[in-house]
Amino acid sequence: MDTMRERFATVTTDLLDRDPRLALVLAAISADRFQDAARAHPDRVIDVGIREQLLVGAAGGLALTGLRPIVHTFASFLVERPFEQVKLDLGHQGVGAVLVSAGASYDNASGGRTHQSPGDVALLDTLDGWTIHVPGHPDEAEALLRHAAADGDRHVYVRLSEQANLAALPVSPGRFPVVREGRDAVVLAVGPMLDAVLEATSGRDVTVLYASTVRPFDAATVAATVSRSVRPDLVLVEPYLAGTSAAAANEALAAFPHRVLALGTRREELRKYGSWQEHVVGHGLDAGALRRRIDEFLEL
Amino acid sequence: MATKTGTRPYGYDDLRGLMSRMTGDEKHGPAATSTLDVLWVLYDRVLRISPNAPDDPERDRFLLSKGHGPMAYYAVLAARGFVPEEWLTGFGAYDSPLGHHPDRTLVPGAEIGSGSLGHGLGLAVGSALGLRAQGLTEPRVWTLVGDAEMDEGSNLEAVQYAGAVGLDRLNVVVVDNRSATHGWPGGLASRFEAEGWSAVTVDGRDHQALFDAFTAPHPGRPHVVVARVEAKDAAAVVQGTNVLRDDDEDEDEDRYPQSHHSAHSHQN
Repeated sequence: MDTMRERFATVTTDLLDRDPRLALVLAAISADRFQDAARAHPDRVIDVGIREQLLVGAAGGLALTGLRPIVHTFASFLVERPFEQVKLDLGHQGVGAVLVSAGASYDNASGGRTHQSPGDVALLDTLDGWTIHVPGHPDEAEALLRHAAADGDRHVYVRLSEQANLAALPVSPGRFPVVREGRDAVVLAVGPMLDAVLEATSGRDVTVLYASTVRPFDAATVAATVSRSVRPDLVLVEPYLAGTSAAAANEALAAFPHRVLALGTRREELRKYGSWQEHVVGHGLDAGALRRRIDEFLEL
Repeated sequence: MATKTGTRPYGYDDLRGLMSRMTGDEKHGPAATSTLDVLWVLYDRVLRISPNAPDDPERDRFLLSKGHGPMAYYAVLAARGFVPEEWLTGFGAYDSPLGHHPDRTLVPGAEIGSGSLGHGLGLAVGSALGLRAQGLTEPRVWTLVGDAEMDEGSNLEAVQYAGAVGLDRLNVVVVDNRSATHGWPGGLASRFEAEGWSAVTVDGRDHQALFDAFTAPHPGRPHVVVARVEAKDAAAVVQGTNVLRDDDEDEDEDRYPQSHHSAHSHQN
């Protein structure tokens, strides 16, 4: 199976062939994966070099002329470094784009903090109107990339990761499908966290919801499933900064007393290298640690 | 020539009167009008745009990057029929479309919203690329920046890239009133030339010189016109007050609401 990042290259190359409104903007990262696309569409595959403010600014300009830019680099250099360009050159100008990141929270584990971006989703959450896809499988990444490219002039962020689930689920932007029915409580798994969540909750009588699109947040399904539970408890398991969706969850559950446990990457900087699998363990997001933390919260 | 009412074409001599609708002040010192002549020559003689077809894909694009002190800009937009003259008196008020920094979603004819410095050049690069990708060969892209605005590193990313790829439909006018904190030793034009741009430095009050510079051919290269006007500090000395500096490239004042407000208090 290819990785999400590899799938991004093949899908985007195909999309550029099909839709003359699309343009791809790069800042050196992944440019080697788009050499064929650049030859086929020299005016719509643009590599500005290692200039991330220009990366997003130029995307805003392309959108002002009516194109739909797909903008790509590592998450840390796509969302965090040029954040004001994201806020102003896209949001304030009122023009859309598809931002596609690689690297996510800890893919580049051996690269250290400079190449990790666990706060990207929380940062975009400070802005209005962003759709945020967090695919859990390369097939989901493909479906969500195609959806994003055709999603009018919306602001869309697609967060690609090395970590993936074994099987893909159908994508359903705006809805959190029920993956497992249970009675005691509800656990929401985001993107590549699903396999670990299913393993961590095996033998437990809990409902598991799945989100490969986390914004918009499906408040209706969350409220309905939690309100039906024996205890109105919700556990969030996200592959980025812990608590990123806590505000959205509490808003969804505001009508009745409830508890929320928000799991994700730790706020404290994890000054370790190694592999992304080791960072999953370091953040307490492996199945064993999740089982302990969920059982303790639910008093199972 | 377009006007709001269609009864009388507005000319350059009307601009200060239009600006006074925003300030209640008939006199505007050089600093308050640093961009006025550049804007007028562009809108009167260079840009192919019309208030009757503001969304024409074939139009030229003018991106006001230096969104600070947009009174001269609003006055020109009113004179050219993009903005109703009546709007000017509400400048900066809660319900007014005309803020102290322009918002493209509120101001007819404004191609971008600006205010935070260093965004227009990147947007202009993207606009030029987008027009080229759609086979629109006629439209030119212009952006106006200030010499102090060029301190922002984002501009240099755009200048370097545009020069490297020979983005010849891109045009920049720098209104230079020597307000950059540490100056530009050797002049701003040389910074562009080093990146492969065509560059001209002219008197920013001389309409014919501006027109000639704006229309000079620059095949295969992006083009910058450095329009030198009175130095900001000299203007302040002449005025004997900083009250009229509201139209200036003084980024610090504009970035901090307290001082910003006091600098504009004469408008209330």
